Amino acid sequence: MSEAHAEMGFLRKYVFSTDHKIIGIQYGITALVFLFFGFCLMMMMRWQLAYPGEPIPLIGGLLGETRTDRGAMLPNFYNQLGAMHGTIMVFMGIVPLAVGAFGNYFVPLQIGAPDMAFPRLNMASYQAFVIGGVIMLVSFFLPGGAASSGWTSYAPLAVIATTGQTFWLFGMMFLIASSLLGGINFIVTIIHLRAEGLTFFRLPFFVWSQLVTAFLLVLAFPALQAASVMQLMDRLAGTSFFMPSGLVVGGEQIAAVGGGSPLLWQHLFWFLAHPEVYVLILPGMGIVAEVIAVNTRKPLWGYRPMVYSLLFLGFLSFGVWAHHMYMTGMGTTMSTFFQITTMIISIPSVIILTCLVISLWGASIRFPVPMLFALAFLPMFGIGGLTGLPLGLAAPDAFLHDTYYVIGHFHYVVAPGTIFALFAGIYHWWPKITGRQMNEALGKIHFWFSFLFMNGIFMPMMFEGMAGVSRRLFDPTIYVTGEAAHGLTIMTSWSAWGLALAQVPFIINFFWSMRKQEMAEDNPWQATTLEWATPTPPPHGNFPETVVAYSGPYEYSVPGAERDFSPQFIKQEA
Amino acid sequence: MNDPQYGWWLPPQISAHGDDIDLMINIIHWFMLALFVGWSLFIVFCLVRFRERPGHVAVYQPIEARFNRWLEVGVAVAEAAILIAFAMPVWAKVKTLFPINDTNTIIVRVVAEQFKWLFHYPGKDGKFGRTGPEYYADDNPAGLDFDDDDGIDDITVRGMHIPVDTPIIARLVTKDVIHSFKIPVMRITQDVIPGMEIPIWFEARSTGKFQIGCAQLCGLGHYEMKAKFTVESKQDFQRWLDEEHSALGLD
Ligand code: HEM
Ligand SMILES: [Cu+2]
Ligand SMILES: [Cu+2]
Repeated sequence: MSEAHAEMGFLRKYVFSTDHKIIGIQYGITALVFLFFGFCLMMMMRWQLAYPGEPIPLIGGLLGETRTDRGAMLPNFYNQLGAMHGTIMVFMGIVPLAVGAFGNYFVPLQIGAPDMAFPRLNMASYQAFVIGGVIMLVSFFLPGGAASSGWTSYAPLAVIATTGQTFWLFGMMFLIASSLLGGINFIVTIIHLRAEGLTFFRLPFFVWSQLVTAFLLVLAFPALQAASVMQLMDRLAGTSFFMPSGLVVGGEQIAAVGGGSPLLWQHLFWFLAHPEVYVLILPGMGIVAEVIAVNTRKPLWGYRPMVYSLLFLGFLSFGVWAHHMYMTGMGTTMSTFFQITTMIISIPSVIILTCLVISLWGASIRFPVPMLFALAFLPMFGIGGLTGLPLGLAAPDAFLHDTYYVIGHFHYVVAPGTIFALFAGIYHWWPKITGRQMNEALGKIHFWFSFLFMNGIFMPMMFEGMAGVSRRLFDPTIYVTGEAAHGLTIMTSWSAWGLALAQVPFIINFFWSMRKQEMAEDNPWQATTLEWATPTPPPHGNFPETVVAYSGPYEYSVPGAERDFSPQFIKQEA
Repeated sequence: MNDPQYGWWLPPQISAHGDDIDLMINIIHWFMLALFVGWSLFIVFCLVRFRERPGHVAVYQPIEARFNRWLEVGVAVAEAAILIAFAMPVWAKVKTLFPINDTNTIIVRVVAEQFKWLFHYPGKDGKFGRTGPEYYADDNPAGLDFDDDDGIDDITVRGMHIPVDTPIIARLVTKDVIHSFKIPVMRITQDVIPGMEIPIWFEARSTGKFQIGCAQLCGLGHYEMKAKFTVESKQDFQRWLDEEHSALGLD
């Protein structure tokens, strides 16, 4: 068998592979590139915000006359950057990295399966993702540029926007198709391919998080898929799903038939996009749980309540979407309903976070780089979650809605939250994937500076929002609020550029460790879950012999055991 | 009139319902801070106390499984209290108890378009002229039907004037895309949705000159879609109305 694999050509092996590990790596690298690109878009925006109207240094002259005026950014380009930053980060960065890369690589390993249930579907899902991504990137070169109506693409603005929006919709369709294919694959894999003895309550928390995430993807995305087709028809085929009658744009009557509703789009969009934020965070929580269990050398505290909270969270995430729409003129009954569901959904998040925190009690804590990122996740996600409270209540939201407070809030969840969790995952599993250790010193530099600058970016934003500065403004200083808070804006911008520099040690580590660092053992962290039972790096087919799970996922420091870890895959002497 | 102070925290507050909102914002932030500090102290304590070191071993099950019940119950109770004691009554007051029976109430029609606000007052007769999207034109930004006599004395201006201590009902409409009517000092935000007329009400407690902004991305000029917001004494407001009337040449 191994000979047959050795004969596979480069293309079959690395480009059109059906091996979940190769696909995971493909997803990972593509998503990291997109993430970095989305970050670069944002760094340009930060220049305009900190120094409105001044030429962008270095690259200002290269961007062309449709985007800049003598090197200074034009509002039109700012809006494109904003919309594309959001879209790229969410749909082409975090989700593919968290689900496509980590899920693909480690779910089969952690459940002791040789591959995903549908390897070809898996490949198709990656290909759809790449096609969607390319369509999005190409749209920057259209006349009129990329989509510029925000990542939310509210109608009617998006319906009457330039061709960039059409590309955005096509791109989204591919990205959604990709997630749907992936989601189905994960559900079937986790339900059907678990190793013997691996009951549901012996699944690592990471696998649970991927299972719930997959359900969210499969159940929520079709709403946006349908909505995207409808918006496309409104743009191209003259329908009016989202267009009311009698619109007058720039003095011209719009020819739409009318009778549609702009709010319908918002409902469909948020019906996807609220579950989507849990898609952005749950895999991160899963990774953090793994890393904390390994490095505290004791079982996760409250594994079962955590799993139940996860299920409850997934379920309820379909009942809170309209808290994004309090300011659309919602009546008291509706807003009361959504305020109550929103307050209820905060409870399981608090339970999960608290369980992770309590897991530290009585531990013997090691501090390798992945653990630093995982520990930092806790308070950062805490800030993100807590600042959701005032936004979930309609009355405070009447002030905070669409200010930088919102931007600060959800970035605390996804940037120092999810991104830190993803970094924890990269450092934690790197030895398994590449067979080499990452350099600790570079890792620590990466961590501490990232931690500093992440907060330097998003903490000022919270205050800016409190001061009443609206988001999505090309130049906030034309308002009194923005003028007064301009110091905060400058602080944020410099921190953002600092954060870019802070990634240099990571990038060096990434390439350097692949060749130069010492080889890793099969189970370098002395962990218990099944992925560590494979040879390093895992071969095609993963497990040389069929694995059997004999115990729960986190049997660390079991009283009476010889060593402080008792792997799931080793039968303990009774 | 004092110069309003803007800084790195809540801007000035002059709205009748604004104190409730600010109180809520403050209470929630104290609550958040307490939780956050609690968590952080616990984490830091654990990191020091339970760090790996020679001779120290982890304990398989150090805490009884009931340990964090109190925290969860506490959080749930606090949230329920905020919800019932503040959030629901404030929202009900702001959103449903419209001062329609108050004879002092002033009604203004607000027309949003890319990228300007227009304020439409009914004029001396207290009646708005008939309006419709088919009448919008460069010289008719409010979309008035000129055949309707009620509209002859209507005032349309680019800055909003209101008298202090008087309930205001603003009826929000948009010509084109979604905009959002935001006055930070009044603690209000309301989206303006095409195809709908959305009323909101508010009342200012003190006078001054402030800004109205647009809080929903509405296109290229979204960032500069602002208008002046002048709250003045009842006499000054009346004087302003009279001047606008004279400007129409109706006296
Ligand atoms: C890590 C560094 C990041 C920085 C410094 C950053 C910065 C920003 C800023 C300043 C805005 C607001 C722009 C405006 O209102 O004009 C923004 C918007 C946004 N960001 Fe980020 N961001 C980062 C990462 C992320 C990540 C990881 C995600 C998602 C997973 C994300 C998703 C979004 C979204 C959805 C928006 C809203 C876009 C819109 O208004 O349509 N960002 N970001
Ligand atoms: Cu606007
Ligand atoms: Cu706007």
